[in-house]
Amino acid sequence: MANLPLSTTIKLPNGKEYEQPLGLFINNKFVPSIEGKTFEVINPTNEEVITSVHEATAKDVDVAVAAARKAFEEGAWPKTTPSERGRLLAKLGDLIERDAELLAFIDALDNGKSISLARGDIDIVLDTIRYYAGWADKVHGKVVETAVDKFNYIRYEPIGVCGQIIPWNFPLMMWAWKIAPALATGNTVVLKTAEQTPLSALVACKLVIEAGFPPGVLNVLSGFGKTAGAAISRHMDIDKVAFTGSTAVGREIMKAAADSNLKKVTLELGGKSPNIVFNDADIDEAIYWAYFGIFFNHGQCCCAGSRIFVQEGIYEEFVEKFKARIKENVIGDPFNEETFQGPQVSQGQFDRIMGYINHGKQAGAKVEIGGERYGNKGYFIQPTLFSNVRPDMKIMKEEIFGPVAGIAKFKGIDEAVKFGNDTNYGLAAAIHTKDLKTALEVSNKLKAGTVWVNTCIATNSALPFGGYKESGIGREQGKAALANYTQAKTVQINIA
Amino acid sequence: MTLPLSKELTAPNGVKYTQPLGLFINNEFVKSRAGGTLTTVNPTNEEEIATIYAAEAEDVDLAVKAARAAFENPEWSDITPEARGALLNKLAGLVEENAKVLATIDTWNNGKPYSVCLAEDLGESISVLRYYGGWADKVYGKTIDVGPQKLAYTLHQSIGVCGQIIPWNYPLMASWKLGPALATGNTVILKPSEQCPLSALYLAQLIKEAGFPAGVVNVLPGYGPKAGAAIASHPGIDKIAFTGSTFTGSMIMKAASQTLKNITLETGGKSPLLVFDDADLDQAVKWSHIGIMSNMGQVCTATSRIFVQEGIYDKFIEAFKTQVKEVSKIGDPFNEDTFQGPQVTKQQFDRIMKYISDGQSEGAKLVTGGTKHGDKGYFIAPTVFTDVKDDMRISREEIFGPVVTIASFKTEEEAIRRANDTVYGLGAAIFTENITRAHKVAAKIQAGMVWINSSNDSHFGVPFGGVKQSGIGRELGEYALSAYTNAKAVHGKLPLLRPLQYLKANSLK
Repeated sequence: MANLPLSTTIKLPNGKEYEQPLGLFINNKFVPSIEGKTFEVINPTNEEVITSVHEATAKDVDVAVAAARKAFEEGAWPKTTPSERGRLLAKLGDLIERDAELLAFIDALDNGKSISLARGDIDIVLDTIRYYAGWADKVHGKVVETAVDKFNYIRYEPIGVCGQIIPWNFPLMMWAWKIAPALATGNTVVLKTAEQTPLSALVACKLVIEAGFPPGVLNVLSGFGKTAGAAISRHMDIDKVAFTGSTAVGREIMKAAADSNLKKVTLELGGKSPNIVFNDADIDEAIYWAYFGIFFNHGQCCCAGSRIFVQEGIYEEFVEKFKARIKENVIGDPFNEETFQGPQVSQGQFDRIMGYINHGKQAGAKVEIGGERYGNKGYFIQPTLFSNVRPDMKIMKEEIFGPVAGIAKFKGIDEAVKFGNDTNYGLAAAIHTKDLKTALEVSNKLKAGTVWVNTCIATNSALPFGGYKESGIGREQGKAALANYTQAKTVQINIA
Repeated sequence: MTLPLSKELTAPNGVKYTQPLGLFINNEFVKSRAGGTLTTVNPTNEEEIATIYAAEAEDVDLAVKAARAAFENPEWSDITPEARGALLNKLAGLVEENAKVLATIDTWNNGKPYSVCLAEDLGESISVLRYYGGWADKVYGKTIDVGPQKLAYTLHQSIGVCGQIIPWNYPLMASWKLGPALATGNTVILKPSEQCPLSALYLAQLIKEAGFPAGVVNVLPGYGPKAGAAIASHPGIDKIAFTGSTFTGSMIMKAASQTLKNITLETGGKSPLLVFDDADLDQAVKWSHIGIMSNMGQVCTATSRIFVQEGIYDKFIEAFKTQVKEVSKIGDPFNEDTFQGPQVTKQQFDRIMKYISDGQSEGAKLVTGGTKHGDKGYFIAPTVFTDVKDDMRISREEIFGPVVTIASFKTEEEAIRRANDTVYGLGAAIFTENITRAHKVAAKIQAGMVWINSSNDSHFGVPFGGVKQSGIGRELGEYALSAYTNAKAVHGKLPLLRPLQYLKANSLK
């Protein structure tokens, strides 16, 4: 689109209006893309265009990286003390809290998640930013005694310019998970939002300016993976890339990092997480968590519990009660306070999920409930449950990323563990049982980065999160995330 | 005497505020049960500021009950660590909003220069509260792999009801005590000094305003032998933290020993400052002046014994005298230009003057100062003794005033030996441009803190405390957290083997 302005007024479905920046955020300014490219942002609830935004290509990535490099090496940021970095993040947190309701509305509009879920996302944004604000001046190296004539110490230094590529499923929350540990430890950032959901991060960047971050410390680009994302992964002056998204794209990023400058890579990828329910589980609780595990965020959750295994003693009862619970699912307009399930984020995702549903049907799985589009406007899909599934079916092997689960029965602990681990993924798992021995034995044996016992999809800023196997490399959240953004320098001083 | 529970006061700089006069227990200001009071004095002009209620044993009892109930109340015990951190951050914000009033109170009550109090005392208190606000949700236990038969882990739990007795030299150092204690979920009985209790009472209001539940923090001004002793020996108090003189610290330790309380002490110092002949002389002079003359010399870490290598001894002394003359402007602490205010009380004044007189009678050379300054207020001229022998009283005992001793040394080994020749071990400073010497000497000095090419240049992220008779335990930094937590080990046996096999594996052959 020729001459797209740098901001526009958007009217939310509830009647409120706000100023939406449209440009690329570089050096604390919003700028047009060098090649004049733009792309449309679609409202998944009604399939209409919300606005267009400026689109970054490789040339813009170059400019952003140059700004981030300069900010890292010169000027105010390298002189900022760790405590001061923490204060800046804390101030950003206060500003986000001030504008929380608006930011929640924007994510509901852009992503299609219900307003109540979007508010929950913003709570987590705040938690994360404040959590890492507190870590900034607490990253300690060690002093190691080797001999009396040596003084040895370890410093944890920032890595440098960090490229960060985030997904669309939790737009502002993923932004916070990435920038908070990176900035707390003194890095500078070039972050690419998902092309499906670029809006909330741009509004948050206004708060980054207001909080007082020096220019160039955080740069945010709207753009596509194949162009801007690829430019980031292969850039010779980016020291580290962090990516959250599909395993397929994660592989590409890792290849590009290896082919370019061997930049450090952390990946948070897909999952096909099991939800395992033993005979002695509190069945009503287990139903709730199994339900939450796959239908929360419309199944668009890397750690969704998409394979449900129920011990044979309670299998029939579980399936019936689960179907009844699914029927209570309120699907509809995200801006309705009652809504739990909104539309899937895009046409592309909608088609993909419907494709999997058809595969399931063709492979002989039984549709216990759902299996069709919901309504005729917006990318809504009925919450869907397949039984009579086999582990070799596509719907049981591949990540669907929608409100679709497969359910099967198991005999005992050994089978539960075997089924749970029968996947190339290893992001999360959940176990439902009242027996402590079962819980501990099964959680020790499951190959997953997070194991939930009698709960599901419970994340916390303080707890590391990440994958075994093809679900990723490295951990986010908790103290663990600091390791993604620091490197150890050993200094040995001869004091003989 | 019955006093009201608060009083409108107007400070010498015109600031008007409401000064609470009562004891702060369960988020309320109350009278002392036995009616005890104490009177605070402005050391600048020796006039009374206000009389407040003073706690005794019965009040301590009530505060302990309140603190224990608060410790067990889910409103405090069951909130998330993050919520505790948020409360501390809220308090920091309130202290920041009220910084000018708090600085006014401390300047009025303590005599420290207002500009320094606002920039440093308040600045630091706010930073310390925020720092521990950030630690609250980052206190970890461990899981320890001892093999497949156990899930072994530690919990780092709050200790319980903590008695905290703080001194008069930095009244708002209350933040050093409150920060780590509250971040880790304890409840507190804080006894500010009888000399400077006023700002702590004002702070108590902010603690309530921040939203800490009733009983979590209780503030009891009072006399050491009454309130302090009651706290140190109270069976309902789980832990004592004390900052003050070594003499009192040792009494507190004795009292605490009856019930084996967990104890941390930060006591006196006679910290050495070594100037080697390759030092940057300007920096050495600047920092050694700061190291003894700041806060009227009323600093536990004051580097009060200066040792200068003989090659630059005379030059150093001349430069130091000049620095004192140019920088140590004595005057009304509310005056912007003032560097040095009065000593805190008549008692301290008399004590310091006695040391000065001892120094002279023991044969040290008085190079500048040595006298009272002015006719009103407890002002003492900044005092420098040279040709000081290590066995003189002024070289061995903590004076806690603007009095420094300077001696010369020949070799590095001698300097280290004489620096360590003291029962104290709080701070130390080394001036040299030689990196090897700096770090070697730092390792050999017996002190909890060593400054290289500065003095008293502390930071809240770095641990603070003494060795030998300067204290037990560390404050500030991450280290303070272990002073307020107990590690509990939990051994969970995992029956992954069937019982018979387990017995077999562990039976003696």
